[in-house]
Amino acid sequence: MPPTLLISGGRVLDPGQGIDKVVDLLIAKGKIAWIGAKGTAPNHPDLKTIDARNLVVCPGFVDLHCHLREPGFEDKETISTGTKAAARGGFTTVCCMPNTNPPLDSQASIDYVKKTAETEGIVQVLPIGCITKARQGKELTEMNELAEAGVIGFSDDGDPVASSRIMSLAMDYSQALCLPIIDHCEDKELSDGGFMNDGWVSARLGLKGMPEAAENIVVARDIALAQMTGARLHIAHVSTEDSVELIRRAKEKGIKVTAEVTPHHLTLTEERVMGSQLEKNNRLTYDTNAKVNPPLRTKEAIAALIKGLKDGTIDAIATDHAPHTLVDKMCEFGLAAFGISGLETALACLMGLVHSGQLDLRTMISKLTFEPARVIGTRYGELGTLKTGCRADVTLFDPNKEWIVDSREFASKGKNTPFDGYHFKGKVRMTVVAGQPVYKSE
Amino acid sequence: MRTVESSSGTATPDTFPPPSIAVWQHSHVLDLDDFTREEIELVFEIADAMAEVLTREVKKVPTLRGKTVVTLFCEPSTRTRASFELAAKNLSADTVSIDASKSSVAKGESLIDSLRTIQALGADIIVMRHSQSGAPYLAAQHVNSSIINAGDGWHAHPSQALLDLYTICRHLGKPDNLKIAIIGDIMHSRVARSNIWGMTTMGAKVVLCSPSTLLPRGLNDFIANCQLPKVSIENKIEPALENADVVMLLRLQMERQQSGLLPSLREYIQHYQLTTERLSLAKSNVLVMHPGPINEGIEISPEVAHGTQSVIEEQVTNGVAIRMALLYLIAGGKNK
Repeated sequence: MPPTLLISGGRVLDPGQGIDKVVDLLIAKGKIAWIGAKGTAPNHPDLKTIDARNLVVCPGFVDLHCHLREPGFEDKETISTGTKAAARGGFTTVCCMPNTNPPLDSQASIDYVKKTAETEGIVQVLPIGCITKARQGKELTEMNELAEAGVIGFSDDGDPVASSRIMSLAMDYSQALCLPIIDHCEDKELSDGGFMNDGWVSARLGLKGMPEAAENIVVARDIALAQMTGARLHIAHVSTEDSVELIRRAKEKGIKVTAEVTPHHLTLTEERVMGSQLEKNNRLTYDTNAKVNPPLRTKEAIAALIKGLKDGTIDAIATDHAPHTLVDKMCEFGLAAFGISGLETALACLMGLVHSGQLDLRTMISKLTFEPARVIGTRYGELGTLKTGCRADVTLFDPNKEWIVDSREFASKGKNTPFDGYHFKGKVRMTVVAGQPVYKSE
Repeated sequence: MRTVESSSGTATPDTFPPPSIAVWQHSHVLDLDDFTREEIELVFEIADAMAEVLTREVKKVPTLRGKTVVTLFCEPSTRTRASFELAAKNLSADTVSIDASKSSVAKGESLIDSLRTIQALGADIIVMRHSQSGAPYLAAQHVNSSIINAGDGWHAHPSQALLDLYTICRHLGKPDNLKIAIIGDIMHSRVARSNIWGMTTMGAKVVLCSPSTLLPRGLNDFIANCQLPKVSIENKIEPALENADVVMLLRLQMERQQSGLLPSLREYIQHYQLTTERLSLAKSNVLVMHPGPINEGIEISPEVAHGTQSVIEEQVTNGVAIRMALLYLIAGGKNK
């Protein structure tokens, strides 16, 4: 039985319920039992009080998009290490992408992930199933069966379904299941094996570029198909101004589209590939830790993405946590794997936007909690909320704690972060899953 | 600092090395974007002395005796590799050449592993060619040997750009405000990228001329963000050639047409080939250059390639002197 906890004196911020005040929060039997003024909590034997003064107390973060790599790529990450990283990042629910080996395209593989998560995971893991068998873009998976096995949506992440016809069939089929199609929007023929954003930096470095249009084209296509089929569409890791505008217009028309953006696309630009300002000798680098798909874009894109978050065009912030081994990254830029290990820096990264006045705290938390929870729905209970009676998934963080990123301290096996050595302000202090503290920092 | 001595031991010229050697700041030569004008001029000054060595009957000086120069070529090359190896041998260095298209690098050994092995074998200088842009930067991060970039992907080819500039200076003096037209496949050209830095640092105006499909999309922003006002872009060859002091052609690889970047070779020839007639738009003393290998009859007509204005062969000869100068400076300029 999880302990009875009184989280006392913190700023309780639950955008879903519109709560933002300094109150106490009681957790009993793994559920939110009570919220009220300091000192008025109902008496309880074995009550353990947690001093939350100067901390923000909010619903546990919900990550719609991460890669736990298991089964198949356990050298990059496992469900055990990935969920530890999630806990360190304040995430209590993570949705894992199906580009594993074997891919999550069958009931058996979904069952494997769920069972492993039950025994080895320390946060809730919700699997996403493949759209097509073996992620080949040719034949639909047995979506009914995958839905019964518990997937929260379908995606061929990383290898987007190129055929508009197959995609329309996937949407038709999934529409009846009320589950979203989650698409990594990229016209692979147009991005043509590129390594980074197609712009001035790629021109300078002599690297093949991936134009923004490669994303925009598929966002537009998917929206048209969602309109035609009536299916739910969720656009993964939006990175361009035009994608934001397309989604905004689709929402205005009532098309069932939602979208997410990553912390790195909100804070870094293509210039990061040339190295970070931290480097002393100022020599150009080809930093493979800044190689990610979709690629880091421009400051104009960042402004549009933040605007999209604020006006509700973009529903969620998701990490696209993509852990890789040192070998995958310590090589020539063109040969390096795409991806950023993002779970453990997400909050701090976003707090940078809050401290600089670009994003308000409430919006940030909303995009990490009840808004992504709405994309998942309620089949796993109500997520992203501190409502009494709901499962007690709670995150406590210090918005002003300063720290320096050291990837060697990551719980994730993936040390591939472009933020190594960055000075951040904002740190997770405690993560509680179903009433049980699963992470605590000093 | 070593002196350039003839094999008999007599130092020539007397003022060698020049006092300007103090400006040299590099332990690697990766690109020309971090070279000052003074450093480029120093390379030329040393190259002059090396060129003199090359005119001797015994083209060998003991300057790098006891030093090991390894050429690691992860991409096929004949001329650049031969040029570096001759340069190293002329300076009496021990040379080892590794053809990595056939070695363990091709078998999946990581580049860093290969470099560390080469370092452990005692390489003082590693001259490397690689098909991936940025590979020499990775190398410089992981080994202590000095790295000379002999061409990386589409990115840079600093020794080629230096020999191009050196050839220009030998004919036309200081390059300030010369109009240099670079014509051809800019997108895939490391020679063009390095020359943009070198030529503008030396005060020249550079006109890049190419069909739009062979220009990087971000080129205009690159020029603006890196504050290179002396660089401009032309899609047609005629305005690029007008009053040019130097015309440099780039090799057009046949696969560019096959991958759809050009409608046909015929159209490219019609619109971009440097012909005698087109060359008449340039200044009468124009220099015609090409980094090689040449596709005669594609980017340049045979008459122009072998005509009176062509300095293409001289580029090759100067390449040895320039590479001797770089090896000399890198060997002596390290561990200051």
